[in-house]
Amino acid sequence: MARVLVGVKRVIDYAVKIRVKPDKSGVVTDGVKHSMNPFDEIAVEEAVRLKEKKIAQEVIAVSCGPAQAQETLRTALAMGADRAIHVEVTGPEYETMQPLHVAKILAKLSQDEKVDLVIVGKQAIDDDSNQTAQITAALLDWPQATFASKVEKTDAGLTVTREIDGGLEVIKTKIPAVISADLRLNEPRYATLPNIMKAKKKPMKKVPAKDLGVDLAPRIKIISVEDPPVRQAGAVVPDVDTLVAKLKEGGHI
Amino acid sequence: MAQPHRKAVLNLYKTLLYMGRDWPQGYDLFRKRLHKVFSKNSEESDPNKVLTMIKHGDFVVKEIEALYKLKKYRTIKRRYYDDN
Repeated sequence: MARVLVGVKRVIDYAVKIRVKPDKSGVVTDGVKHSMNPFDEIAVEEAVRLKEKKIAQEVIAVSCGPAQAQETLRTALAMGADRAIHVEVTGPEYETMQPLHVAKILAKLSQDEKVDLVIVGKQAIDDDSNQTAQITAALLDWPQATFASKVEKTDAGLTVTREIDGGLEVIKTKIPAVISADLRLNEPRYATLPNIMKAKKKPMKKVPAKDLGVDLAPRIKIISVEDPPVRQAGAVVPDVDTLVAKLKEGGHI
Repeated sequence: MAQPHRKAVLNLYKTLLYMGRDWPQGYDLFRKRLHKVFSKNSEESDPNKVLTMIKHGDFVVKEIEALYKLKKYRTIKRRYYDDN
């Protein structure tokens, strides 16, 4: 029976149109709808399913960030996690926080809580780093099964099917291990209203990041954040000949 | 005035309101429509009819859930997996 740690991140909701701040220092986050990173939802779902299959005994959700990260943890609890740990990171430290810092926190918590399995989403839809699982595995010196699309328990450990370019790879790993969830791993359940209410009774521990002894000094400086190039408007051509001429001009035929 | 299954109706209304927060066209529109539907049938006093309506409401809840899941899955798939 394993104990599972799941990392969840609060990101701008996937359906929101992202706007860049006029001073190019980042994107507008004030008054914008946030929700749990979709890949992390898949990770939580997988952990909860492992628990339902009696492979896991306890699911712990972790999130690093300002006070609002607790809403995301609440969602994880509503989906079926047993308890939550909120690692408090605020202000400028949160803005320059990178996968390395998160991985250090996750690694530290994994050891403190004596977990056997860490599951995270493969990447967050805001910074698209796709590094946290890999760095966490390296720091812990545990095996990693990234981009998992299927996780099964086999006698000594786990058999994980991985999504790779143009196909699937099946690997066997011992536990403890780190898994990162890919899109096709499962269909996450919806956090219903009664479950959100019940989740308010589940335990949530608050830990300031510095109590974990993790150095959050920035490793990078954001120089500028810019919009992607705008798609050029099309033009209506009067007849077929002009169209053909234009296509030839553009080297398409 | 008799209000059969009052608690179940309220629960359904609350659940739908909660789900409306993720509605693609906005919460306000969803809330207005929801309120209209519920107030239209608010005079209903036949318990069996109310029960049928609650069942329909539960069905709508499931449909909305499925809609949200599918919409999210498709958006993420289009953004990250479709190269062409």
